[in-house]
Amino acid sequence: MEYAIKIKDLVKTYGDGTQALKGVDLNVESGEIFALLGPNGAGKSTLIGILSSLVNSTSGDVKVFGKDLIKDRKAVKSMIGLVPQEFNFNMFEKPIDIVANQAGYYGVPRKDALARAEKYLKQLQLWEKKDSISRGLSGGMKRRLMIARAMVNEPRILILDEPTAGVDIEIRRSMWSFVQQIAELGTTIILTTHYLEEAEQLCKNIAIIDRGEIVRNTTIKDLLKTLDIETFIFDLDRHPDEALLKTLGATHKDDCSIELDVPKSKDLNSVFKQLDQAGYQVSSMRNKANRLEELFVKMIENKGAKA
Amino acid sequence: MSTTRIGIQTLLRKEITRIIRIWSQTILPPAITMTLYFVIFGNLIGARIGEMGGFDYMSFIVPGLVMMSVITSSYGNMVSSFFGAKFAKHVEELLISPMPNWAILVGYVSGSLFRGLIVGLVVTLVSLFFTEIKIHNVWIVLSTVVLTSVVFSLGGFINAAFAKKFDDIAIIPTFVLTPLTYLGGVFYSISLLPEFWQNVSKINPVLYMVNTFRYGFLGVSDINVGVAYGIIIAFVLILGFISWYILHKGIGLRS
Repeated sequence: MEYAIKIKDLVKTYGDGTQALKGVDLNVESGEIFALLGPNGAGKSTLIGILSSLVNSTSGDVKVFGKDLIKDRKAVKSMIGLVPQEFNFNMFEKPIDIVANQAGYYGVPRKDALARAEKYLKQLQLWEKKDSISRGLSGGMKRRLMIARAMVNEPRILILDEPTAGVDIEIRRSMWSFVQQIAELGTTIILTTHYLEEAEQLCKNIAIIDRGEIVRNTTIKDLLKTLDIETFIFDLDRHPDEALLKTLGATHKDDCSIELDVPKSKDLNSVFKQLDQAGYQVSSMRNKANRLEELFVKMIENKGAKA
Repeated sequence: MSTTRIGIQTLLRKEITRIIRIWSQTILPPAITMTLYFVIFGNLIGARIGEMGGFDYMSFIVPGLVMMSVITSSYGNMVSSFFGAKFAKHVEELLISPMPNWAILVGYVSGSLFRGLIVGLVVTLVSLFFTEIKIHNVWIVLSTVVLTSVVFSLGGFINAAFAKKFDDIAIIPTFVLTPLTYLGGVFYSISLLPEFWQNVSKINPVLYMVNTFRYGFLGVSDINVGVAYGIIIAFVLILGFISWYILHKGIGLRS
């Protein structure tokens, strides 16, 4: 199996003594969409900073498609495109110049750079704004502009640091579709996000980082299997009474809905049976919000309790 | 064409576009300031001063004032452009790219050199309204102005790399650059000073730049032109190395 990224025992200690990464080991397969999750201050940005040469590592090995980050930095830089969390382009420049200039820094001749800028600005629905001053773009457009800029050198690895933060659902979905398209073309994608639904939708493998350490590195499917309790919401035909809530161990959510934690060992038939016996009809049922989110919170809480 | 050369050209194009886009901040102010200097010091006061170094006062100060505008423009361009890029974080566009550190430096210095030379040319053209310009040696004029612009561009780069806030990029121009320029023989020949102050003046690098430049125009200088070239080139090499080292280590740029 070819690895896009192989990280071994990566340590980063900042000048003030803060240890942001405490010996991180991580492998990312070529061509996959990989999720990197963690709470604020967990070390995600430091890890991304090291991969994109914006942060110097203290020790450890990083290999990108077999090339050593330190010894062969130029080759590694050529393979990586970065979409950072914060807007980091010149707000007084035009999108066409921002994207074409970035291609130029990667050695793409001007004519080709302009052609590539057109291609990616069109793909990200920004072509009509190509000559506008970037400061005037909306938040979602600015974020898409950074994706176009990161794609213009046609990287083998695209790092997206919370790319959909602050964008509306429609744009988020179109960005997901774009990410899936470029992944299908063979680009490896590393995605950090706070929207766990995003990771669940897009990614096969996931690493959870907390306090500078990888606490889990597995497939999303396997990770979800470890979830021993699922929360369901049942919409009933009438307002539930206290006796029902007590019998089921449920909580009253709103009006005619109840929320119930169901252990994996228990089947849902018994829940329906109890509701039927109590004279309630279930009009609909759904899984509560995001299972991954629950798991993530649980893992981080457990680790915090142990620390 | 090599990828590095394309990178440098791209950065230079970006800088030139920026300088021209905000011409009212980058090119016009020195032209206005120097016009006032020509009117007040050259015409009004200069007429009463008489000769300086064997030339009428206006002819004497023109090279110095052109050089002063080149110095402040080159330094100001680099410090504002690079600190601006650092502050708004778009310097990261370059730091993540495969452009070598020396190429980033060459790109930025070329941009500041462009602004220094444009401003120098505009001020020279303005001076033609006040006096005739004679050129003793055009190669000395051109080489001095280019080398001096490079020295102060590199100085501006070092200042910008260490600066953490906008105040930090105003301190050096106000408290170091302005005194050095005013005391660097722009307005007077150091032969007017007592011997002690003449010797003190000789530790000022701007003196060598202004006098060599003036020598290129008028053929007169307070100092040995060969020594001056040596000093200017030494400054280019030393400041160039420090700037490259800053980029190499990522001082003020990478955590």
